[in-house]
Amino acid sequence: MSMELRTSPHLVGDRSVERIMKHVVLSLLPICGFSVWQYGLSALALLLTVTATCLATERLFNRAAKQPSTLNDWSAVITGVLLALTLPPAFPLWMAVVAGFVAIAIGKALFGGLGSNVFNPALIGRAFVQAAFPVAITTWVPAFSAQRFSEFVPTTLTAPLMMPPDIVEWVKLQAVDAFTGATPLARWKFENVVASSHDLLTGVVTASAGETSAILILLCGAYLAARKFMDWRIPVAVLGSAALTAWLFQLYDPAHFPAPTFVLLSGGLMLGAVYMATDMATSPVTPLGVWIYGALIGVVTVMIRYFGGLTEGVMYAILLGNALTPLIDRYTQPRVFGTRQQGKKK
Amino acid sequence: MKVNDLLLKSGERGERAEAAPVAEARAAVAGRKSVFSFFTSLFSGKATFPHGIHPEYHKETGSLPIRRMAFAPRLIVPLSQHIGKPAVCCVSVGQEVSRGQVIATADGFVSLPVHAPATGVVEAIGVMPSANGKMVESVTIRVYEADSQQVLVSAPRSDDEIAAMDKQTLLAAIQQTGISGLGGATFPAHVKLSVPPEVAIDTLVVNGAECEPFLTCDHRVMVERTRDLIRGIGYALRISGAPRAIIGVEDNKPDAIAAIRAALPADGSIAVQALETKYPQGAEDTIIYALLGREIPAGQRPASIGVLVNNVMTLAYLGRLLPAGEGIVERVLTVAGPGVEKPGNYIVPIGTPLRFLLEQVGARSNAGEVILGGPMMGMTISSLDVPVTKGTSGVLAFGKAQLPEEAPRVYACIKCGECLKACPKFLNPSQLGLLAAKREYEEMAERYNLDRCFECGCCSYVCPSHIPLVQQFRIAKAVNREKAST
Repeated sequence: MSMELRTSPHLVGDRSVERIMKHVVLSLLPICGFSVWQYGLSALALLLTVTATCLATERLFNRAAKQPSTLNDWSAVITGVLLALTLPPAFPLWMAVVAGFVAIAIGKALFGGLGSNVFNPALIGRAFVQAAFPVAITTWVPAFSAQRFSEFVPTTLTAPLMMPPDIVEWVKLQAVDAFTGATPLARWKFENVVASSHDLLTGVVTASAGETSAILILLCGAYLAARKFMDWRIPVAVLGSAALTAWLFQLYDPAHFPAPTFVLLSGGLMLGAVYMATDMATSPVTPLGVWIYGALIGVVTVMIRYFGGLTEGVMYAILLGNALTPLIDRYTQPRVFGTRQQGKKK
Repeated sequence: MKVNDLLLKSGERGERAEAAPVAEARAAVAGRKSVFSFFTSLFSGKATFPHGIHPEYHKETGSLPIRRMAFAPRLIVPLSQHIGKPAVCCVSVGQEVSRGQVIATADGFVSLPVHAPATGVVEAIGVMPSANGKMVESVTIRVYEADSQQVLVSAPRSDDEIAAMDKQTLLAAIQQTGISGLGGATFPAHVKLSVPPEVAIDTLVVNGAECEPFLTCDHRVMVERTRDLIRGIGYALRISGAPRAIIGVEDNKPDAIAAIRAALPADGSIAVQALETKYPQGAEDTIIYALLGREIPAGQRPASIGVLVNNVMTLAYLGRLLPAGEGIVERVLTVAGPGVEKPGNYIVPIGTPLRFLLEQVGARSNAGEVILGGPMMGMTISSLDVPVTKGTSGVLAFGKAQLPEEAPRVYACIKCGECLKACPKFLNPSQLGLLAAKREYEEMAERYNLDRCFECGCCSYVCPSHIPLVQQFRIAKAVNREKAST
């Protein structure tokens, strides 16, 4: 009779990488749905294209490295969906393919795959196309246009390697009220117009495909946190420190700086805080480190928004946080049990 | 809710966990209920420790009364079932032995005698396989089937006689019982109880947590042998000089807590405290923290903070065997697992081969994996021809069918940090695992406190990447030990 010989523990929990990743994907579906409802075919095509590109790139690098497929860990799907949600809804599809490829190839595979990557792959992809296609990445389209489920926005179907057509005329044809072609952050920065909290919360503003509705992102994030598939401390730290920083600036000069609620609800901060900064592989593991990392991202985001040349700062703030993660981990090792100061002994 | 209540609630976690049992015990010692203990009792105090995990407990056998197991035709009795020097055999092949007779004597202070677990004849004396794979000197006894198997060798002592004994005589009498740490540590009981005169013990912690899944033998003993337990605690208090004892019991055993509470002596020297059901609540560090709010300084023994910890099973057997003047010839243990048809708690003679034991409980054929002890820290055995010893608290059998087809796929560490939230020692298993993969074993010990790990298995349990962390740490420790010795 053969006996199994194993070392303890002989019980394993029910968590697995696949399960965590699947739940993250699941929680992203409402945000994707809202985006498609707002922007129609173009947003749908963008989501599918980027995700498919990410999966194909992942498989390609598995082959190249002669390793078993890692598609079934679902992490490439997350990268694809998150990346698509940060792009403008009518982003040309061929540029989206570039973004997806760069995200997985440079952001993840070259580092050694899941767990070894230093930066959030989706943000690497987004940073690349922001530098490569500065016009396309800031070309916004109105939500809820009448023909959104019957036709693509002209820019979506730009021929590969071609620059997208000008869509000013097309936008006028849509005749959507009050569409300005600029994000709330850009309008604040360049025109000093502050969008209403109500619009920002419900998502009736100009923005990237999945960054419009702060409340929806919060709800989806709350689900993940409640199921313990996400570390709630990170979004709390990011949003808390961003709000605090914004509040201090507003105290200093209320005429020039907007209210903390505007800072929290506008741009990509919500999606970044809830879904990007919480990427497990690229955030610290130590209890103290998590708070430092989150707080750092919040402060840097506000600083870039207020004093940088860009209108949005979340992406670079998170990438900076990612870069500092190993350092933060190293200097915030937990206090080991049994090393408490003797003076405190009861 | 009033502000006052809110304040109390928010302070509940830290404050109550630490203060309640202390206050309760102090009040009990003083023989009156203080205002403070009245307040803390409002929260129906459940003491606990930070971190840890909640595995499925499978404590179904906890409601089944203890039953007696039949005698195997042959018993294999190892001479070293304790930590310390092996006993010296004092019988010869062919000699008849009676149940309870000393067949090997203690070799010095840190050693224990071994008693014949059954009446029969010595068939062989020589090396036999033991549970951990090592060959150990053992006495094989062929059991007389027609014998009534009464314990024939005993020297009963009355309570007055025991009360008249001085400390040294008492310790010697305890050594004669042959009791080692029955929770699995197997440290001789009398050695653990003999506290050096310069050390003051203020609290005896009686460990009834039984946090390992499946195991319920401590539970049943607390319910069915409560008087033995209380008597044993009394002896331990006397010898250690501790003024009070706290029995910590996880709150998934309310009947045990109730039984103990009903049997507590009137002088208030012994208290019982409910603990949160959480693994590893019963580890030495964690139970002391949960009950007293004290941390054992790294690398030191509980005595350094005035605490002595004993398992309930050990003290219950002490309370039973010391007055009876008998040696330990059997013990209560849990036989369970999906591969067992009649799981339960059994009184099993020391030396019973596992093959016989599993046949008796209807182990389904093809036991695929057999674990000695609990599933979190127990070890698998390679052969069923090894005996039950004093330290065997459980035998878990998993049939071939219950084992996973293949091990789950191991992914790279995704740095989710779950292991940090689980580690009761506040280590960083994630970082330790990454270093182990690179074989940087010295760095693990020097910078990341590898030696503080006691292999409770929490990190491996929660790891979503299924990295065999504990196994890696064992290897790292072994390599470091080897390096240190050369």
